[in-house]
Amino acid sequence: MKTFVQKFNATFGADMGGPVIAFVAVMLIFGLAADNFLSLATFGSVAFQLPELGLLTLAMLLPLLTGGINLSITFTANLAGLAAAWVLQAHGGADASVSVFLLACLAALATGAAAGALTGVAIAYTRAHPILVTLSMMIFLRGLGEFLTRGGDVSGFPAYVAPLGHGSLFGLPVPLLIFIVCVAVWHVLLRRSKLGFGLLMIGSNMEAANYSGLNTRKIVVLVYTLSGIMCAVAGIIMLARFNSVRVGHGESYLLITVLAAFLGGVNPFGGFGRVLPVFVALVVLQLLSSGLNLMGANQHLATALWGVLMIVVMAARTLASNYRFFKRKKA
Amino acid sequence: MRRLVLGHSTETTLIAGMVLLCVGLSFGTDRFLTVANAFDVLNISAVNIIFAVGLLVVLISGGIDISFAVAASVAQYLTVLALGALGGGNWAEGFLIAGVVGTGLGLINAFLIYRLQIISIVATISTFNIFFGLLMFFTKGVSIYNLPDWLSNRVVFYEQEMADGSWVELTLPVVVMILCCVATSFMISRTTTGRKLYAFGDNPEGARRFGINIGAMHYISFGWLGLMAGIAGLMQAHYAQEVVPNALYGRELDVLAATVLGGARLGGGKGSVLGCVLGVLLVSITQNGLNLMGVSPFAFKMIVGAIILAAITLSSARLDKLLPEALKSSSRKGSQRS
Repeated sequence: MKTFVQKFNATFGADMGGPVIAFVAVMLIFGLAADNFLSLATFGSVAFQLPELGLLTLAMLLPLLTGGINLSITFTANLAGLAAAWVLQAHGGADASVSVFLLACLAALATGAAAGALTGVAIAYTRAHPILVTLSMMIFLRGLGEFLTRGGDVSGFPAYVAPLGHGSLFGLPVPLLIFIVCVAVWHVLLRRSKLGFGLLMIGSNMEAANYSGLNTRKIVVLVYTLSGIMCAVAGIIMLARFNSVRVGHGESYLLITVLAAFLGGVNPFGGFGRVLPVFVALVVLQLLSSGLNLMGANQHLATALWGVLMIVVMAARTLASNYRFFKRKKA
Repeated sequence: MRRLVLGHSTETTLIAGMVLLCVGLSFGTDRFLTVANAFDVLNISAVNIIFAVGLLVVLISGGIDISFAVAASVAQYLTVLALGALGGGNWAEGFLIAGVVGTGLGLINAFLIYRLQIISIVATISTFNIFFGLLMFFTKGVSIYNLPDWLSNRVVFYEQEMADGSWVELTLPVVVMILCCVATSFMISRTTTGRKLYAFGDNPEGARRFGINIGAMHYISFGWLGLMAGIAGLMQAHYAQEVVPNALYGRELDVLAATVLGGARLGGGKGSVLGCVLGVLLVSITQNGLNLMGVSPFAFKMIVGAIILAAITLSSARLDKLLPEALKSSSRKGSQRS
């Protein structure tokens, strides 16, 4: 048993344990309780629902790793979606050409990056607490979006946009492919790039990172800008999936993304965490909600169970570390 | 002493800002600077202030709570159901049930944070989802409109018609709000428990070595917020004359922003009831002024958000420069705690 645990930790990393155990538990429980759970339909629905929450979680992940948080992600995504929608509307609406769509995507990415950069600058240069800056940013962006749309929604997009949200390529849903590409990019960014190293160092100890010659301000601004860009990707996917943009779409995902990241072993104080466990945690959360749907419960029960799962995982982590502590004391 | 001066500087700045805002608004519109309007603002912000003073206690003790607004929804729903089962009930029973339910939910948070050692933001985000998910699941999102008469009828303690025909009204939510403020203020600044809360928020390890009961601090701060949340939930039901399960959803972040605007520090050890009330009032006055000036309601949140963003970033930037070196490091340590 012990060697198995050690082998597992060596291959996947210790933070993979929680999500994998949760994954196995969810598969076992639902596989036994609902006989139609282990089917292609379940995984198909998970594959289509995962990307929205997943992309927003990726956007939340980088700030969390620096010891901050970005509460404005959902509304940044909405606003980026709005920017794309307007470019499409301004150039022919449903008849817009593909190049216009590319321009729209660029506009969305630029909007997301701008919102993120503004947040990053405010945090890096004033040293205000990220919760506060992003919280007020969220209130501001929500207000801006509601002001611009008057609370209504923008719709009427070209037909070729829909496959981005609903289509399949080689049997895999397009949004899932986009999500996997983004996961890979984030993984490489965290593991292989200077920025990834720097942001983890900032999360461990901002002061020490600063004294070691890292340009902490630049890194913080970049982190929030990247977070904004990832929000924009999520915004474009949401635009394609709902075929409309409304401020408030995906609002309920906000706290779930934090939950998914912590479930995926990200240290709440920042500095430690990887992308892959978070990916597994996201799959677990989505399987849980799909499984409950199959059994006839609604999304709200799934929300409650997400919270319970989170507490169980965190409590198990505490108990495990206490247990280890006791054993070391005895020895 | 230094903290005292700094703490008061936040409140002085807020009052100065508010006076400027009021002067500007009273020139901008003729209806702003009337007694009746002042009471309107108070009536509107009563529920948020009750939330805010509760949250203040948790912030002072170094924690954070996301779940209180949803807990208030649970408390108001359960209270109305229980009152129905009791066959009507009265104010005393209403307050008792709402307070007990709210306190209970707060104690759940404290248990998770203290016993299971889950960080407060993680624990309360989880309970936020649990409370809201279960509430929506069991109620199926159904609202209650037929409240008992005593609960839905407006209670006016003092009213007077002004010369211009507008009414000055002192309603129950405002009176309850004042009581809550006085009680919280007394608790945090006149009792040993309150001083311990500040000490614990400022330096948990130091407080523990001092012999302060850490567990009790958790249960007291979150229990107090729960109590306030229960009362605020009841007041909101009374004010809105209906119980809608998701009416308070999302309120927690607005209240958090206003409380921090009032000088409470995430990371603990700082904050006052006066600052907290001023923070909420500043937001309400801005909205009220914009409304009277005929600005589109869709723009309200944008402007309020911009003001909070500016206020928070400016105040942090200014404090960071003003603070002496020793305090600077401690404020950074505080800012890394989430």
